[in-house]
Amino acid sequence: MKKLNLSKGARTDLLTYAGVILAFIVVSTLKNNGGLNRSQVGLLVPICCYIVMAVSLNLVVGILGDLSLGHAGFMSVGAFSGIITAMALAEAIPSAPLRLALAMVVGAVCAAIFGFLIGIPVLRLSGDYLAIVTLAFGEILKEIITCLLVGVDENGLHVIFNYNGAKNANDLNLAAGGRIIIKGAQGATGTQTIASFTAGFVLILITLIVVQNLIRSRQGRAIMAVRDNRIAAEAVGISITRYKMMAFVTSASLAGAAGALFGLNYSNLAAAKFDFNTSILVLVFVVLGGLGNIWGSIIATVVLYILPEALRGFANYRMLIYAVVLILVMLTTNNPIMKGYLASLREKLGKRSEKEANEA
Amino acid sequence: MTAGSLRVLNPQNVWGAETELNRDGFYPSLHTTLKPVTRVNYLPERDADKTPILECIDLGISFGGLKAVDNFNIALGRTEIAGLIGPNGAGKTTIFNLLTKVYQPTHGTILLDGKDIAYMTTEQVNRAGIARTFQNIRLFHNQTVIDNVLIGLHNEMHYTMAESVLRLPRYWKAEKIARERALEYLSLFHLEEHAEELAGSLPYGAQRRLEIARALATNPSLLLLDEPAAGMNPSETAELMENIVRIRDTFQIAILLIEHDMNLVMNICEGIAVLNFGRIIAKGSPDDIRSNPAVVEAYLGRKGAKKL
Repeated sequence: MKKLNLSKGARTDLLTYAGVILAFIVVSTLKNNGGLNRSQVGLLVPICCYIVMAVSLNLVVGILGDLSLGHAGFMSVGAFSGIITAMALAEAIPSAPLRLALAMVVGAVCAAIFGFLIGIPVLRLSGDYLAIVTLAFGEILKEIITCLLVGVDENGLHVIFNYNGAKNANDLNLAAGGRIIIKGAQGATGTQTIASFTAGFVLILITLIVVQNLIRSRQGRAIMAVRDNRIAAEAVGISITRYKMMAFVTSASLAGAAGALFGLNYSNLAAAKFDFNTSILVLVFVVLGGLGNIWGSIIATVVLYILPEALRGFANYRMLIYAVVLILVMLTTNNPIMKGYLASLREKLGKRSEKEANEA
Repeated sequence: MTAGSLRVLNPQNVWGAETELNRDGFYPSLHTTLKPVTRVNYLPERDADKTPILECIDLGISFGGLKAVDNFNIALGRTEIAGLIGPNGAGKTTIFNLLTKVYQPTHGTILLDGKDIAYMTTEQVNRAGIARTFQNIRLFHNQTVIDNVLIGLHNEMHYTMAESVLRLPRYWKAEKIARERALEYLSLFHLEEHAEELAGSLPYGAQRRLEIARALATNPSLLLLDEPAAGMNPSETAELMENIVRIRDTFQIAILLIEHDMNLVMNICEGIAVLNFGRIIAKGSPDDIRSNPAVVEAYLGRKGAKKL
């Protein structure tokens, strides 16, 4: 058989796909055979959402090299536009998976539009300034959604932008049989929960395909060139703004799709959920998984999302232990001795597999 | 004044740039028409009847009150290797930064192949045909050697983001061709066996060569080399000299280089401009420059020049 000659990058990509598919098969088998209890099953969709969030944020923080602290803002745009889509089309499209897919597409498009608009001023900045401004925009998005009153009846969508808090759901003037979708600060209420683990898995795969294929293309190389040496990138004819925007908008749209899935997983969801803490949580996943390391983001997300749940037995000390684990992980992964050990281990493994391949 | 293979470009037209510029239907901006410009430009014999690839007319930049570069006039033949020399701080790198629009000139005109590049950005200037290397090497250190060249080939590949995400046939085709071309550029500089190594891990001389390879990959018509031999030993420099001449012969492009290594400059440059305090103090063939008293004075000081 002809030996597949793959570059190191392509091999990592394929292994990541394989790992995700394998994990999905194992988990869904467990789930179908009753191997997971109810609270564990409840974690599955959020984990998928946060994996997509982490991978997409990695595109901006790790690949483009700009620290964005407003990622949860794009998630909320996706979540609420997705919820509105799914709820408004509840009668028109009876098939839940189709509605879910459509909601995710709408969420992605809306988040991409916001990403583009926010990107115009933000991407002129760099470093700390960019981080602070993205943080501000994330909070602004959250506040805007808090002011929304949205309902649907047979006449179509009713939207009020309740900027001074003077109005309430009755002002929507819904006809009989109309439903309120978003109720201001209370957020989305009475949402049909149509999100599924399978949809989450598909979304992760799509995200991986988009991000990994983008990285290994001329666009991805351009994005990394901007990160590594801006002046040199310009000197070889790369448009800085264009590629910064490409990474930013792609990342926002993936976050929007994840948000839609997340939003449709809960019957009640307030915009306050997507605050600064959520952005930081995702950033922690990315940093611990390794900047620019896609499979690292996935593993870090899974471990760090499950950890607080697994530590429930420790009751009040739960977050303390969580913090200690975070510090330990950061110390060990950044320790040169530890790194050297891991590198030598990898070399040994590589040699062994080469040997086996030669023998076989 | 004409010496060796150099020919004076329109020697009768020393005063005023007007007629010279209108040749290509280009109308010079106000200050070039109103101000008489002393210009004596030399081109190699073989390029003399063609439009110069680069023409700077009264180019200058002031930082506040400091005239870092002033009244800079040169013309460069399409296949000429030219040198820009001068003591430290004379404004040589500033001129490269002006040509690539890292700095915006405060006055004067830059014509690339007869076209004004006044309103272009750095990135557009590169696409228009000027590629450069940097005095302090600016590679993409965390990426492989071949990826550095592939980044240089960025604008030579034409497929959209959708095509790369969906891995459509055009992606594969363009990537395959680009990879082959990148390896060709690397082999010009004997770097092909290091293709998969990280650029930052290469020895210093190899990094300089890689930077030239990356610049060449952008398919320029004018290559600017900022101290290409800095930090190289004599044998590396000798190889570099061969390489520079070979690049010119293979790609038929013009090369303008800044260099302190006089051996390199005097051996491969056909035209040389000497800069001191932001102004050209001498222009001509290597022989002209070597015997020019102003140049000797700039380098050695008045006393030193007297001793010689």
